[in-house]
Amino acid sequence: MTQTHGGTGRYFGQEVKRREDLRHLTGRGRFTDDLSPAGTLHAAVLRSPHAHARIGSVEAEAARKMPGVVAVFTGADLKDRVAPLPPSWLLPGMSVPEHPALAYETVRFVGDGVAVVVAENRYAARDALDLIQVGYEPLPAVLGAEEAAKPGASELHKNVPGNVAFVFPARGGNYKRAAKKADVLVRQRLVNQRVVPNALETRTVLAEYDPGTEHLTVHTSTQGPHNIKRLTAGILRFPEHRLRVVAPDVGGGFGSKLHLYPEEVLCAFLARELERPVKWTESRSESFLATNHGRDHVQNVEVAANRDGTITGVKATVYANLGAYLSGMGPGVPSVNFAMMVSGTYRISNIDVKVYGVLTNTPRVDTYRGAGRPEATYLIERAVDLVARKLVMDPAEVRRKNFIPKDAFPYKAPNSAFAYDSGDYGPNLEKALEMVGYADLRQRQQELRQEGRYLGIGIASYTEFTGIGPGWVLNMAGFEYGGWEYARVVVHPTGAVTIYTGSADHGQGHATSYAQIAADALGLSMEDVEVVEGDTARVQFGNGTFNSRSMPVGGVAIKICCDKIVAKARRIAAHALNARKADVVYDEGEFRMGDASGALGKAARTALKTRRTIVGTAVRAVSGLDLPRAETSGGAVSWAEVARLAHFVSDYPSGLEPGLDEKTFYQPRGMTFPFGTYVAVVEVDAGTGGISFERFVAVDDCGPVINPLLARGQVHGGIAQGIGQALLEGAEYDEAGRPVTDSFWNYAMPRAGHLPRFETAHTVTPSPVNPLGVKGIGEAGTIAAPPAVVNAVVDALSPFGVTHLDMPVTPEKVWRAIKDARREEAPKNGGGA
Amino acid sequence: MNSHEISLTVNGKTRRSEVEPRVLLVHHLRDGLGVTSPHVGCDTGQCGACTVLIDGRAVKSCTVFAVQADGSEIVTVDGLTGENGGLHPLQKSFKEKHGLQCGYCTPGMILSAHDLLEKTPDPSEEEIRSHLKGNFCRCTGYQNIVEAVRHAAEELSERDAAMEVAR
Ligand code: FES
Ligand code: FES
Repeated sequence: MTQTHGGTGRYFGQEVKRREDLRHLTGRGRFTDDLSPAGTLHAAVLRSPHAHARIGSVEAEAARKMPGVVAVFTGADLKDRVAPLPPSWLLPGMSVPEHPALAYETVRFVGDGVAVVVAENRYAARDALDLIQVGYEPLPAVLGAEEAAKPGASELHKNVPGNVAFVFPARGGNYKRAAKKADVLVRQRLVNQRVVPNALETRTVLAEYDPGTEHLTVHTSTQGPHNIKRLTAGILRFPEHRLRVVAPDVGGGFGSKLHLYPEEVLCAFLARELERPVKWTESRSESFLATNHGRDHVQNVEVAANRDGTITGVKATVYANLGAYLSGMGPGVPSVNFAMMVSGTYRISNIDVKVYGVLTNTPRVDTYRGAGRPEATYLIERAVDLVARKLVMDPAEVRRKNFIPKDAFPYKAPNSAFAYDSGDYGPNLEKALEMVGYADLRQRQQELRQEGRYLGIGIASYTEFTGIGPGWVLNMAGFEYGGWEYARVVVHPTGAVTIYTGSADHGQGHATSYAQIAADALGLSMEDVEVVEGDTARVQFGNGTFNSRSMPVGGVAIKICCDKIVAKARRIAAHALNARKADVVYDEGEFRMGDASGALGKAARTALKTRRTIVGTAVRAVSGLDLPRAETSGGAVSWAEVARLAHFVSDYPSGLEPGLDEKTFYQPRGMTFPFGTYVAVVEVDAGTGGISFERFVAVDDCGPVINPLLARGQVHGGIAQGIGQALLEGAEYDEAGRPVTDSFWNYAMPRAGHLPRFETAHTVTPSPVNPLGVKGIGEAGTIAAPPAVVNAVVDALSPFGVTHLDMPVTPEKVWRAIKDARREEAPKNGGGA
Repeated sequence: MNSHEISLTVNGKTRRSEVEPRVLLVHHLRDGLGVTSPHVGCDTGQCGACTVLIDGRAVKSCTVFAVQADGSEIVTVDGLTGENGGLHPLQKSFKEKHGLQCGYCTPGMILSAHDLLEKTPDPSEEEIRSHLKGNFCRCTGYQNIVEAVRHAAEELSERDAAMEVAR
């Protein structure tokens, strides 16, 4: 792959194979549940079978007496000793309900924890749950966000009147006027259904307390160990500096392992209380209840457009389901992440978005891959297709017409607080259309329709923001994270390098991509560089991995820190070479005299060298030691020699500390806005409603690509989850609020046979906000795939007059839509996009 | 609860232990014998993360009680080897084709694929996708896994051909 990029060196842009693979391929991965210190106890949580109920008595004596059971704690036992879990995103005017680690007066969703049992093994802990008797008095439950926000709905929390935790407006321009002047108005109700992230490793926590040192260690399957540490310490009133949080191998997260959960607090509490290691391993069925869900919006959308296809305004009234309690970033997802992104890749002057953040008797909803941007992209990309349909225009043409032009960047949407850093959407769209053979496909679509075959072509263009920071902007938006990322680079006396980063890999391949960045910046081979992350005792500070921030924030922090190291190493080398720093050049492991070394420099070098030889001889004579000498033969000194000098030589450039050990807190200047265009081509079987893929093309632009192999892997995984949402997945509840989807038996996850072959490509538009020019790529697929697929299916069904279907677009839904249409009238051939 | 003595040969080593009859093989391997490469991804036998080879056949070890496996020979991904004790072609191919991200599904995927290649040495893409329907991967989108299996099939057939010639 040839490209221009912001990095220099031999690794940037290369498809370097992953160094983390070997341990997984040979059974040596270490996930939290693989760790079992001697004497480990197992915890199990008793969960509410009711969506909403008052807790009467809790009888736990029988369980406590069971052989193998060590302790049982109920919500009432903990309420004065364990503070509630706080959300990390506090919007202005938001009501914050109490979120106890175990419910003590009221349960608010099926799965709300009521008691915890600790026993000698996992089987005994589970058995004991059956012996706990809880007297519930059921209360009316509310499940959907629209329903919960209606006057008179049953209320979950005393301090959240009407169940609306916040109302978030994001407005700009004058939508009313735009609507009045528009040639056409398009309206649609869109349901972005609730999905379950389902990382393949369920959440697992192992906490250990050492009474000798009074240190508490929590191993947990998390994307953000430092924030888990900060929050857990606060909740347990435990000194933060004696709390260590470790994320060993983490089996996927997708946003669902980012935030603090009750079980992390419970295990930490129990380990300290019982002075024994305590482990909790979530079962899959339990994870359907206890791990955060994603999406769950009802969006009422109206779009104003002119006859020529120019979109002049968009209005949306949105009900976002937050679940029973506010989780970490739960409030920020539908507000900042969603509401400010609804105009997508288009220059739309008049925007009026209003989001109701609503509490309901369902599991909590928080970040899931893309978090807010998939909901925004779906809204606008469906709307653009509806406009095209109404105006009988080609959907690609409507996109071209409305794209923010290349020279308008940095671009700030009228309803947003953030500026898009860079973009060039036109060529990206054209590349995708060319790859798929768009013009021919449209032609073939017409021909096939004559034969009663229904081909559909769906386009989705997206932009999103990645690389969260900067802190001051985030804090203004109520987000209680620093937004920076921490890096430390340590050069060992041998010249080997360890990089410490505050991000936390959970499958992305940081050990490889970070080593690429560092090896390039340090002019070393990747083998000389090791990467450490996911342990607060080894990496002092950090903000974690989410929002595709690892490369644009974590990677840039490493790059900056490496540059500091090289600058200091150059000073040491210059000293060893008896040269001025400015005269020394560094290249691929060697410091050399540059061209600037004239006769004057040579004379100075000889003088310095003579002086040092004399001093050295004197020291040797007095001490009898054979002191090491710098190898400066030929006016060059190697990286390894400089590393040795940095640690073992007392003769330093004046004012310079020994050692090569630097750290950086990198605060990004702004967020980065990757973009792209996806095209899905499907064929719908009008007899069965079955959907089969013919092509799936994804063209992303995340700036220069550090490792195309890993970037492609991220895109593939994202598309799979996006197609999952479009066609298969959806969490459902019965009228009483009991989950109908509570295991892999009844929640459809994409399997190998469900997915097409993905064809991927890139355009490269560097970001001006960071020195590598990189943007994030981790969430792209999940953002763009759902509208591309739904647009394709609806396009296929256009001869039947179908204009919209809600996700998941199952064969049954498609079949019904066709049947209903046929009942009304026979399909007209042609029709078209 | 009463325990039974069982004997399993795991990756070539015979191990005797006492287990309760209700203990699942996957839990016995992980908690009892410390062989943690079979992972638990579900409690309904759907995900395939726990797949091991029992007497040469790929089996989801969460669907078998440890006592039922008494006397059998079990191979986990730790026990796979290629020529000269190196990596098995499947292990190499997964790395080569980036067929894993978080690595959680990987041991199960590799053993399932192993089972396929034993029966169908030259599978088509469709056959691979269909054979892997009992294994979830939430990270990779499967494409690179499919390519890894294809690649391994080619490597293995080349190796077999070479062995033919050598004979
Ligand atoms: S753990 Fe055995 S199939 Fe999921
Ligand atoms: S690599 Fe993560 S589940 Fe397959």
